[in-house]
Amino acid sequence: MGESKLDLLQGTLDLMVLQTLAAIGSQHGYGIARRIEQASQDEVLLNQGTIYASLVRLQQRGWISAEWGTSDNNRKAKFYSITRNGRKQLEKDAAYWQRLSDVMGRVLAMSPEESAS
Amino acid sequence: MSILRRAFARLRSFASKPPLDAELEAEIAAHIELATQLNIERGLTPIEARRQALVRFGGMDLVKDQHREARGIMKLDILLQDFRYTIRSLSRDRGFTLIAILLLALGIGANIAVFSVVNNLLLRPLPFPDAERLVWIAPPPTKCGLSCATYSTDAYDEFRTYSRSYQDVTGYFAFSGPGNLNLSLGGAPIPATSVDVIANFFQVLGVQPAMGRLFRPEDGNNGAAPVIVLSDAWWHRQFNADPNIIGKAFDINGQQTTVIGVLPGTFDFGAVFSPGVKIDALTPLNLYGPPRDEGNIITMIGRLKPGVTLGQAVPDAASAAPHMCWNNKYPDSCKGYAKDGVVPVSLKEYISGKLRRSLVVLWSAVAGVLLIACVNLSNLLLARAAARTKEFAMRTALGASRLRIVRQLLTESLILSSSGAICGLALAAALIAWLRHQTALALPLVSLLHIDGAALGWTVLIAVVAAGLFGLLPGMRMAAGNLQDSLKDSGAGSGQGRKHERLRSILVVTEVALACVLLVGAGLLLRSFLRVLDVDMGFEPQHAAAVNVDYDDNVPNDKTGALSAARRGVIFKQVIDRVSAIPGVQAAGISDYLPLGQNRAWGLPWPRGVKQPENVHGSPLVYVMTPGYLHAMGTGIHGRDLTWDDGPNSQAVVLINRSFANFLDKYAKWPNHDAVGHILGDGKGLLIIGVVDDVHEESAEGDAGWQIYYSAMQNGPNGAQLILRSTLPPATLSSSVMRTLRDINPKQAMAEFRPIQSLVDHANSPRQFFMLLASSFAGLGLLLAAIGIYGVISYSVTQRTQEIGIRMALGATVAKVQRSALAKTLRLAVIGIATGAIVSLVVSRTIAALLFDTNPTDPLAFAATVLLIGGVALLAGYLPARRASRINPMVALRNN
Repeated sequence: MGESKLDLLQGTLDLMVLQTLAAIGSQHGYGIARRIEQASQDEVLLNQGTIYASLVRLQQRGWISAEWGTSDNNRKAKFYSITRNGRKQLEKDAAYWQRLSDVMGRVLAMSPEESAS
Repeated sequence: MSILRRAFARLRSFASKPPLDAELEAEIAAHIELATQLNIERGLTPIEARRQALVRFGGMDLVKDQHREARGIMKLDILLQDFRYTIRSLSRDRGFTLIAILLLALGIGANIAVFSVVNNLLLRPLPFPDAERLVWIAPPPTKCGLSCATYSTDAYDEFRTYSRSYQDVTGYFAFSGPGNLNLSLGGAPIPATSVDVIANFFQVLGVQPAMGRLFRPEDGNNGAAPVIVLSDAWWHRQFNADPNIIGKAFDINGQQTTVIGVLPGTFDFGAVFSPGVKIDALTPLNLYGPPRDEGNIITMIGRLKPGVTLGQAVPDAASAAPHMCWNNKYPDSCKGYAKDGVVPVSLKEYISGKLRRSLVVLWSAVAGVLLIACVNLSNLLLARAAARTKEFAMRTALGASRLRIVRQLLTESLILSSSGAICGLALAAALIAWLRHQTALALPLVSLLHIDGAALGWTVLIAVVAAGLFGLLPGMRMAAGNLQDSLKDSGAGSGQGRKHERLRSILVVTEVALACVLLVGAGLLLRSFLRVLDVDMGFEPQHAAAVNVDYDDNVPNDKTGALSAARRGVIFKQVIDRVSAIPGVQAAGISDYLPLGQNRAWGLPWPRGVKQPENVHGSPLVYVMTPGYLHAMGTGIHGRDLTWDDGPNSQAVVLINRSFANFLDKYAKWPNHDAVGHILGDGKGLLIIGVVDDVHEESAEGDAGWQIYYSAMQNGPNGAQLILRSTLPPATLSSSVMRTLRDINPKQAMAEFRPIQSLVDHANSPRQFFMLLASSFAGLGLLLAAIGIYGVISYSVTQRTQEIGIRMALGATVAKVQRSALAKTLRLAVIGIATGAIVSLVVSRTIAALLFDTNPTDPLAFAATVLLIGGVALLAGYLPARRASRINPMVALRNN
């Protein structure tokens, strides 16, 4: 239902991935996808596969790094973790999103009477 | 920095695509397993758990595509895909591909070849360092040939002293004849040709030796040891490229002459200064020896000081001119040069300026050929695109963007045009190699022709432009097509088909019109060439040959020259008598110079007792000959020929040509306008014993100038050319003639027999060259246009197979079906020819200056063109028409 919202705003998923990695440390693709779903309280139903394009993009920018490792239940998986550059970028992007959402909140809070008169 | 890193990462991931893909697969597999595991833990059955995991993951292929797009260079991927797809589809359609590449190879190849010639002659600087500073110093052309285009040694010295614009001035002896060297290696001497150059010649031009050294000032002094510098070609041919040749001495013209240097292959004296004549060696000119008083003998070449422009050099030369005397001993002779001026022009202009117009015309002609090839290809591609409408519609329906499809079509064009360009380059290389060896061609710098970087750049440029030209139209057409119509359209007889056909017809009309313009141009040039061949040269070039005769008329203590003149007469009479006795020889005679070769003048002899007006300029060209020469050449005489009695002690006699006689008659007003029997000059004077036909001495195209013929027993000739008239081929005759000559003079060199016709051919060779090229290009254009017509008519017949079948089933006769296809052809041809003829009327005016005795609107050239194109068009249309008439109605109707 709401799943297309994430796709509409380019870069949203990238920011979520960065934040997730910053919060939980090293994690594999599936884990990241799960955490995002949980954090959004299943309001976003994300095509989990989409996350891999985001991961490779972030990796190429040097914001996250990747390494093959073993998961809790003994499976081989690729583990991602945020880099120092990634943290700086996260700070910037988060501040930007915060400002944007404040603005959006104020704009959407305008009372309907004004437009009616 | 991060941009750079990303670009690098992308490039690397593009390069290592398969391992990265595999890694992604592994990652996805891990993802699904983890998710499945979790779902099982939540109590789902393993199958349901895996299904749910897959659903949550989303479209597998989409994910992979996204991933690739994010990590790699998608564009490069697409390009590679387009490339592979194009190669596949082109190799499926082999016939089309071959024809397309062939068309392009011909069009592009011709363009590269002509560009190389143009580049060599017009664009590239001459093959000397700082060549733009080199100038040719001569008066404007006048009526007395080479003698008025050269300077005396005194004048050269004064010019060097008084001019200020030049780093240095040099020159060479302009009157060296072919075969003026006799190299004796034991056995019969071998003839070769050398030119005497002033010692600073190579310094001024900036030529360095390939081996040894070049001339020093002392090499030209009186009593200097004889030295020689070999051309690269002669060194290879005659001396087997002997690496130890420097310092070796050979018997040349009876003197031990030391080889001091070998010229580099990049410097060919003949190619630069005397096109079409092979110069084997260079020898130093002794400025202070015997040539000092021989009058105008030196052509001057100067190197301007850095920063001095031609505009500054011209007035500088004019101010130096009054100081220049023909001979410093005669103060009277100092005004001669001031009058005509001493005018520097850029050396390049002197060498190739005359050819500029022809080359530009040629260049336009090949551009026309390429244009026709492109139009033709555009047409072919359009037909192909029409057949592929559905394919493209299908691809669009499946999600390909228009841009993607146009890009695909342009990729196709580019691949075709680059393949064509590569084949064209090979073609051009072959053509250039062949041209380089046309040593008899009187075009400068031919031996230096090669395909250089500029030509390669030009190739790339025209390949890209051509691809754009022929690829864009079908591409746009395709992209603009309506998707649904195309999918529904069955192809035959629908609106889309009609629109295509109209466009294709316009293209064919364009082709025919272009071909028409090319043919008219070539026709005019061909007709001019035929007119030139028809010119009465004043002698009969066929069945005559010339051979250089060596003789020794030296008589010791001969103060007046009369003794050696008498001795010369005896030798020449003996040569002519004995050679004439050889079976098959009809006539023989000797002259020192031949028409269309070198020339010189000795001033203007004036009729005795007639006042010479001030403003009369020019002087007749001088030939010193024996009795029988004019007869052997086939030149008619009014009056009498020389006899052996016209010797040193009798009245000096001359024959003059008709133009000169008529000119003198304007002032002398001879009774019956007959010059014979009158006397020229003062003192004993020159008795005119005959008036001879005008001989074209410089070119077939120019006016015949003035000529005067002296007796070889009364004046000193500059060598001796024996002319033989015989219907026997020269090869048969040469051995017996050579035996006779060597019998008379054992020092006679094994000289070459030169057919007189070859002199004429040589003089006409530039015109012939341009005419041949223009005709080949026009022929190519015609062929391409014919292919175009055939393609369109044939295609329309194929498209209308069903319709024709129905008509025939309803009773249309074979003839009627044929007529309808032919009528279509005729319509295209007529519109094309009419357009072409109108354009030709305009274009032909621009080449009027290249024509000889031919009107730019020459009806014959136009009529022939119209008939030729019309005929070829009908033939090209007839083949498909015949096919149309053979359609079996039953098969045609059942088809589809």
